[in-house]
Amino acid sequence: MALTNDIIQQKLQEKFGDAVTNFSQPYGMLTFEAPKEMNLKVMQFLYDDDQLAFRFLTDLCAVHFPDNKGNELAVVYHLHNLVENVRIRFRVFTSIDQPDVFTATQLFSSANWQERETYDFYGVNFVGHPNLKRILNVDEMDYFPMRKEFPLEDQVRIDKDDEMFGR
Amino acid sequence: MDVREQIKESNKDFAGQIIETPTGGIISGTFDDIVNWARSNSLWPLTFATSCCGIEMMSTASAKYDFSRFGFEVARATPRQADVIIIAGTIVNKMAPVLKRLYDQMPDPKYVIAMGACAISGGPFFYNTYSVVKGADHVIPVDVYIPGCPPRPEALLHSLIALQEKIKLGWTRAQIRENSLASKV
Repeated sequence: MALTNDIIQQKLQEKFGDAVTNFSQPYGMLTFEAPKEMNLKVMQFLYDDDQLAFRFLTDLCAVHFPDNKGNELAVVYHLHNLVENVRIRFRVFTSIDQPDVFTATQLFSSANWQERETYDFYGVNFVGHPNLKRILNVDEMDYFPMRKEFPLEDQVRIDKDDEMFGR
Repeated sequence: MDVREQIKESNKDFAGQIIETPTGGIISGTFDDIVNWARSNSLWPLTFATSCCGIEMMSTASAKYDFSRFGFEVARATPRQADVIIIAGTIVNKMAPVLKRLYDQMPDPKYVIAMGACAISGGPFFYNTYSVVKGADHVIPVDVYIPGCPPRPEALLHSLIALQEKIKLGWTRAQIRENSLASKV
């Protein structure tokens, strides 16, 4: 039997109950949220279950929501079942004052560099990561450039008219 | 004047003078001029491309544009054998120390060409980001700037010829500044 989004959702809810929330299927991709303490348990379950078998970490990144007080940073995991060719995505939220999230490196080796990149740009502290240091930016950098409080462009420039760029 | 004529005109002169004698010719001239003439006609570029300008540089090197016509054909993969570095692309903060080290490893005399908007000023797209050096001349001194995004191969050839002219002139930086100020007045 083909693995459908409904089966995945049902299995997750059977296992974790109310801990997993906000199920939706934008563009047909199952998306949900989990508490940040449970990110490893959810991933381990998705990995170990013979029917689910999400054994490939496609992408790991973060999003900054400055208005979402107490839960400013979201860490997004994209998982792939290579047998059934099904993808899912789930997010965990963390406060920006204490951005500690458990590392996924024990489960997926590919998480190593992706977590370093996420740390580099958003400052998410992956607890238990073997080598959590900057990967793309210079080591001397003392801020996390993709956070929203860091301005994208010089605000005083007048030669870049938004109309000319279709914005 | 036709550009080709112009190039022929400025490249034809041998720096010295040949004095004919019954048993053959004698070359005379200022030693510096002859050295500069020789140097300008055999500039070995360093293969160094950090982004899309590199594609134009490869095009300039290959059959259609062929910068070996002007003496640039011996592209070197090591700075220790190169005379000129063409900065073809964006220099990011992490690349800046590498660029400086490459420049330091090149033997004197050495020349620098900043190719394209990124190498001149940080670029049209990445101008104000967290990672880009706003002009390669913050890191190493530049002899010739070529605008463009990316510059066409003809523009790169033009800049290479301009560099040859500059070398043949044999002026110091101070002399160039003085004379360019004088010509403006």
